[in-house]
Amino acid sequence: MAILGDHGGFILAAYLAAVVVLAGLVVWIVLDGRMLRRRLADLESRGVRRRSARGGET
Amino acid sequence: MAISDLANPTRFLAFADRILRFVWATALLGLGIGLYLAFFVAPPDYQQGETVRIMFVHVPSAWLAMFGYALMAVAALGTLVWRHPLADVAAKSIAPVGAAFTFLALVTGSLWGKPMWGTYWVWDARLTSMLVLFLMYLGLIALWRAVDDSGRTARVAAVLILVGAINLPIIKFSVDWWNTLHQPASVFRMDGPTIDASMLWPLFVMAIATTLLFLALVLMMMKNEILRRRMRTLQLTAAGATG
Repeated sequence: MAILGDHGGFILAAYLAAVVVLAGLVVWIVLDGRMLRRRLADLESRGVRRRSARGGET
Repeated sequence: MAISDLANPTRFLAFADRILRFVWATALLGLGIGLYLAFFVAPPDYQQGETVRIMFVHVPSAWLAMFGYALMAVAALGTLVWRHPLADVAAKSIAPVGAAFTFLALVTGSLWGKPMWGTYWVWDARLTSMLVLFLMYLGLIALWRAVDDSGRTARVAAVLILVGAINLPIIKFSVDWWNTLHQPASVFRMDGPTIDASMLWPLFVMAIATTLLFLALVLMMMKNEILRRRMRTLQLTAAGATG
């Protein structure tokens, strides 16, 4: 921290905040996507289909 | 593939899958180069010393906070004027990403303000208008989550987004119109940037890399939103078949 001067803590905190917020966003999006794909697969395995999927994908 | 083909959600999903890896790879490469330039190449400022390095995360975050809202305004026009099927999906997907970058702009600005101004926060026009932008993002996210009828919500949200877009020029020109503690613009000025090239180039690299990261996150959010709407349709179909 000394290499970043007297205010090194503020600099590190700013970059740490960016890493935490953006990594949190990525994790949330990935988990949300997985949950949605799982639920869709579950519905389709029960024979529920979209009209477009029944008559050929558009 | 014509641009109009992307109006089809299935084709959009295939397109997003194809370009996402490239966008992620260039974003991460750009961030690596940008952080190297920001910490090891850009010199300390003659007045602010090392603290100026916060600029390389704060300024791109602030730009993207506004860029995100401007994109939402274009998407809102897409909903109201052209009734584009993906316009509301895009606006809804941009909101959380834009809110995250607005939050980062506020937090990193605070952390920059304390050592330079002696305070984390002051109710000046620039900071307050950025806080209003953050609250507008949160309000829109709450609206989309509260109402299940996506068609009606899309139109209400689009109108609110367009009304809220008035805040963008207020943010941009707040430092000129009012006496603010926040410094005036130093990059996008009629008479050219006032930042030395040794700091300007690292800032541009960070801005481009962060914009690519923003686009990657929005594309992922859009994919999820399309799947969410498909799931809702299937759930309604299943409920109709059993009811």
